[in-house]
Amino acid sequence: MSKTGITAVGGYIPRLRMQRAKIVEANAWANSALKGYAKGERSMCNWDEDSVTMAVEAARDCLGNGPRDAVTAVHLASTTLPFADRQNAGIVAEALNLPENLSTLDITSSQRAGTSGLINALNAAANSPVLFAAAEHRRSQNGTPQELLAGDGAAALLVGTDDPIATFLGGHTVSIDFVDHYRGQHHEFDYDWEERWIRDEGYMKIVPEAVGALFAKVDKEVTDVDRFIIPAALRGVPAMLAKRLGIKDEAVCDVLQGICGDTGAAHAVVLLAKALEEATPGETILVAGFGQGCDALLFETTDKITSRRPGRGINGSLAVRAVEENYNKFQSFNQTVDKDFGKRGEVDKQTALSTLYRNRKMLTGFIGGKCTKCGTVQFPKSRYCVNPNCGALDTQEDHAMADTPGKVNTYTADSLTFSLDPPAYFGMVQFDGGGRLMVDFTDVDRDSFDIGVPVRMQFRVREYDDERGFRKYFWKAVQTASSGAEA
Amino acid sequence: MASGIRDKVAILGMGCSKFGERWDAEPFDLMVEAFAECIEDAGIEKDEIQAAWLSTAIDSVNVGPSGVPLAVALRLPFIPVTRVENFCASGTEAFRGAVYAVASGACDIALALGCEKLKDTGYGGLPQRTRGVTNSMYWPNLSAPGVFAQLAAGYRGAYGVDRDELKRAMAQVSVKSHANGAKNPKAHLQRPVTMDKVLGAPIVAEPIGLFDCCGVSDGAAAAIVCTPELAKSLGKQDLVSVKALQLSVSNGSEAGHNSWDGSHIKTTRIAAKKAYEEAGIRNPREEISMTEVHDCFSITELITMEDLGLSQEGAAVKDVLDGVFDADGEVPCQIDGGLKCFGHPIGASGLRMLYEMYTQLLGRADERQLADPRIGLTHNLGGFPHMNVSSVSIVGRYEGA
Repeated sequence: MSKTGITAVGGYIPRLRMQRAKIVEANAWANSALKGYAKGERSMCNWDEDSVTMAVEAARDCLGNGPRDAVTAVHLASTTLPFADRQNAGIVAEALNLPENLSTLDITSSQRAGTSGLINALNAAANSPVLFAAAEHRRSQNGTPQELLAGDGAAALLVGTDDPIATFLGGHTVSIDFVDHYRGQHHEFDYDWEERWIRDEGYMKIVPEAVGALFAKVDKEVTDVDRFIIPAALRGVPAMLAKRLGIKDEAVCDVLQGICGDTGAAHAVVLLAKALEEATPGETILVAGFGQGCDALLFETTDKITSRRPGRGINGSLAVRAVEENYNKFQSFNQTVDKDFGKRGEVDKQTALSTLYRNRKMLTGFIGGKCTKCGTVQFPKSRYCVNPNCGALDTQEDHAMADTPGKVNTYTADSLTFSLDPPAYFGMVQFDGGGRLMVDFTDVDRDSFDIGVPVRMQFRVREYDDERGFRKYFWKAVQTASSGAEA
Repeated sequence: MASGIRDKVAILGMGCSKFGERWDAEPFDLMVEAFAECIEDAGIEKDEIQAAWLSTAIDSVNVGPSGVPLAVALRLPFIPVTRVENFCASGTEAFRGAVYAVASGACDIALALGCEKLKDTGYGGLPQRTRGVTNSMYWPNLSAPGVFAQLAAGYRGAYGVDRDELKRAMAQVSVKSHANGAKNPKAHLQRPVTMDKVLGAPIVAEPIGLFDCCGVSDGAAAAIVCTPELAKSLGKQDLVSVKALQLSVSNGSEAGHNSWDGSHIKTTRIAAKKAYEEAGIRNPREEISMTEVHDCFSITELITMEDLGLSQEGAAVKDVLDGVFDADGEVPCQIDGGLKCFGHPIGASGLRMLYEMYTQLLGRADERQLADPRIGLTHNLGGFPHMNVSSVSIVGRYEGA
């Protein structure tokens, strides 16, 4: 029997990096203790990113150019899912053009969702491959330490039995209703208890219990651990735990607090993805996820790991960054300030759900058409071929275009139209191999953007219907250099 | 075999309201203002009008759908009234309906009236419009300047024109139109502007600045048409007749097929070619006395000079900067001030352009009267460069029996 494990890895951290000093500068008048958090930067979703869009990007990175029909399940872990009742993992699956014979599942309600979801996926994957993604887009109340400590990001792992890059040696969970923080129904933000109590009574007691139980089950010793992942933003906690557990000091993985922030329920998976991008064959990796108990997971990397690195990964994402120093923009993107964007934004944004369903392949999956008569690629797919020299009726086959690179043919930066991040960049993109579309650009680097710039498509929020709590998704073009993905 | 519209229909009378921010006026007031001038000019009674076409483009403000608003405003005697909408070509479409009705013999006298009340939105620029349920799910939030700015990028890409050179030529388009509009009491904007002022204006949608944009106004314009024979029998001596009416509508190939490079308007080229054939024009730059083209934005007018064959491809920048289209140039363009100075109450604009051609051809243009104009061309372009409606109309002195 082949071993279950992680067969591929992908990651996505948003390009925007909010400078913590600017958050502190705006808030320290009310809480001078925040000055202690002023170093470094935190990742920050663009206005059109959420846990679903980040999960899609991480999953695309994970699946690469490989075949997708082997995936039999999509599980999504997050405490910041855009829909409370519409399966978010289902949106991810649709955006990835996965087959309909697929199980989907959202895992939520705890910072442990990432690791609990991963254990669950690994158990399920003994039978058939699971695409497991974890993503978090955390909103925090103005002037809280959480606003400074948190980050946004996602990671995805393909788990199965097909030549893993890291085999799963075992897992253990302890469940204890330890409420270090919570977010109640109908409440926007987290409510936290004192950090020293969380450290001493929470991390330092509960994590060792889970890790100890795990090592009682596996054929490894804690001293064998080469990488120890515990996504604790509290200072010194990972090192203290390593010492308590007998794990060697150099095994403690950096929690990326300086350059990314704590991506919540996704963070253990983000850190695991990063570790797998860097690990060599034969390494032992221990992952602990904390939250109303603790999950502990143990992996061992195989010799496949060096040949199956992701195209971008967490490290590739971290390398592509745009400094953001405007705290008001950060608040606005996170909707923690009620900002006026003009009367043009007042138009009704209702989504006709029947229209969305009918066009879901086009809108969510970015499926165009390819004429079987003349070979012309076109978007949207249409009854009559768009090629002026063809015009054939009903000759088009579905043609997936999300991974087709393109180039900017025309564009503008529109300061008049409604946008949550004016000016709105949009223009004509021509896809390599045919097809074109007037489309939004996002993550624009104003200095280098011009006609001829290469772009790739990313799944983003096109519009928020705040009145009805809905959001429309569609694909936007991102400069290849800003996407972090391989050209 | 179709014989075309040339000289089959004459303009019996025209009228045009004052354009501008008409805070004082309901749409009905604007309609009546244009119509009162028009019917007086025509010299007929209201009950002699047998059919009417109303053009309005934007439902969200203005008068709402159907032909009813025109019938009510003018208290028309229960005749057929048809409302038309075809983007910025709406006014020309109303005219086309009336002209075709007369040419077919279905009626003797027909009215075309276009009206738009834009200034009740609470903000500057065109009102937001619905775009269709499916389109709104994936189209960018494109504003009018935003989509027409694409032309500048496309033109730059096709001809390798320097950004600053193109921006200067665009500015000259506006400087010229403002100079003309300053002589027109019906224009919304009646002040000349300098090149520096245009170049220094805030950017609306790169590279389009504030002065590259036409105004946003309220207004109405109207035409009453009949056959030349009937016009003569009603005592008209100098007649202006319709020489060509052509329309071309994108079929989505520019938006969806890579054969279009984004540097020109495909529909305008098609409509112009057909219009010249219909009007019997072989060399437009020599034979056309003057034009009123769709200068929603300066870049649009600039590339339209090429699309109409008034400039060679790639030569419009030089021709514009050389003053070819100035009031004293070879082919004056926007002699009334254009959309630039009139603003663009969408349903009215096509008829407002024809009003200037008619006025010039009859020698009634006072301070801005051109010397001996014989053929005038009007052009509308609505929608987006990559998906649009374009109309080309040609009117001229009637030289029939």
